[in-house]
Amino acid sequence: MKMRYTQGKFLITEKKAIAKGIFDVTVQCPEVAKIAEPGQFVHAAAAGFSLRRPISVCEIDRTAGTLRIVFEVRGKGTERLSECNRGEVMDLIAPLGRGFKLLEPDKKAICIGGGIGTPPMLAAAQHYGANATVISGFRSASAVILQEDFAACGAKTLLCTDDGTQGKKGRVTDLLDECLARENPDIIYACGPEVMLKAVAERAMARDVFCQVSLEQRMGCGVGACLVCACKIRRGGEEYYAHVCQDGPVFDCREVRFDG
Amino acid sequence: MADLRVKIAGVEFKNPVIPASGAFGYGREYERFYPLSKLGGIAVKGTTLHRKDGNPPPRIAETPAGMLNSVGLQNGGLEKFLKFELPNLLTKDTRIIANIAGATAEECAELAARLDTTAVDMLELNISCPNVKQGGAAFGTSCQSAAEVTKRVRAVTSKPLMVKLSPNVTSITEIAAAVEAEGADALSLINTLLGMRIDIRTRRPILKNNVGGLSGPAVFPIAVRMVWQVANAVKIPVVGMGGISTAEDAIEMMMAGASAVQVGAAIFQNPYAPLEIIEGMARWCDENAVALISDITGTVQPW
Repeated sequence: MKMRYTQGKFLITEKKAIAKGIFDVTVQCPEVAKIAEPGQFVHAAAAGFSLRRPISVCEIDRTAGTLRIVFEVRGKGTERLSECNRGEVMDLIAPLGRGFKLLEPDKKAICIGGGIGTPPMLAAAQHYGANATVISGFRSASAVILQEDFAACGAKTLLCTDDGTQGKKGRVTDLLDECLARENPDIIYACGPEVMLKAVAERAMARDVFCQVSLEQRMGCGVGACLVCACKIRRGGEEYYAHVCQDGPVFDCREVRFDG
Repeated sequence: MADLRVKIAGVEFKNPVIPASGAFGYGREYERFYPLSKLGGIAVKGTTLHRKDGNPPPRIAETPAGMLNSVGLQNGGLEKFLKFELPNLLTKDTRIIANIAGATAEECAELAARLDTTAVDMLELNISCPNVKQGGAAFGTSCQSAAEVTKRVRAVTSKPLMVKLSPNVTSITEIAAAVEAEGADALSLINTLLGMRIDIRTRRPILKNNVGGLSGPAVFPIAVRMVWQVANAVKIPVVGMGGISTAEDAIEMMMAGASAVQVGAAIFQNPYAPLEIIEGMARWCDENAVALISDITGTVQPW
């Protein structure tokens, strides 16, 4: 598959904080929006920092020519990114990586997001509309994001928080277990902490449901040249380090060596 | 319009800007941004005799004005390079520098011998990788082992031979002289400086390898100093690298004694950095009535 990324400075048309330390930014980038796929990411430059920050694509609007990204302030670089305002530009290399494999929209999909792993699930859920079930989990009510967006695309939403302040108290895998007891999905997508991905992968494999997980790793170039964002993969009977930026971020869960 | 051509060990480069080994893969990823023919050359990803999987992640940590990496020479091995990458690279109308990294002196010699019969323009012998247990910096941190591996490689190749030096040494000029004495045609420096970052919440190093190589603007003054010292200690040409991110940096490095420059970490932030440096150097020459870029090499006037 030939990647068709470009680098550019794109106008920020919307920006708002949607939870404490979580920012929702829309950029005008028709050429990128035209080819971007759910599960891909953008590599955003933060002025004054040596490395770009990879951020998942949350929503693609090909008609408006916009991409929406949602990110969490985790350090000084993402803090700098969060200071960009509407009317200013964001320097992105995009779209990058391999996104989700999308089945026909009439198939049943379960989209699972843990915390800041939730945003990429929106673009996937929008593809399936009412055939999508979105399970998302957060630390607490104050960290819950995107629930109205999921509902707006017709998806069924199941929510949990670690402290029980919103939705069910517990983990996304508890909700997944309940879900799997009732229905047989055609595909599962997951993005979130590695422990969560591993637990989701175990359940998917036990029921023989195709499952893709979106991985995260500290990244350099973003395009597959520097080889720093390694993740251990088993493919064709062989274990090796693939790279999140070029071979992923989305992988077939059966290939990922979570403890690698 | 200034003449940007430079000659190193008999090889003419159309301009003095070369993406550094490890930062640019085999060029494929950056060809999406611009034609590789615009570059002076490409120092391709370090090649080992056999496939190498590299170190466990995380392999990168940001630092003030730079970054640490601990990739550990992940690459597909010589066969894959010869079959899959080199034929493609040779069509790109730019100079190809093959970077070789053996685990032993014998492996370095075998790599060189195998590449001797190919159309690569130059060999860059990596005796300075800080992220591998065997070979790499183990060669480059003593005069004796640096000389020995250079001698072995020199014996089996007539290709122009450039040796890439480590800054993690007491006296880089002594190593440079030892390598020159064994027949190196050129030197490239500096490889990365060994560094470390710790996550104070987890009390764990950020890199799974614990330590890694520091690059980026943070190392630039050290690189300039070392290039200046080495250029004054040897007669063979020096290719300068370490934290170059602007045309002004490249010009400064050449004034310190470099005949050409390599650009690494800057490319991650700005994929167009090599081109912008080339364009900026041409502009600077025109503005300063410099007709030949090669005329500025070593022109610093020390106090």
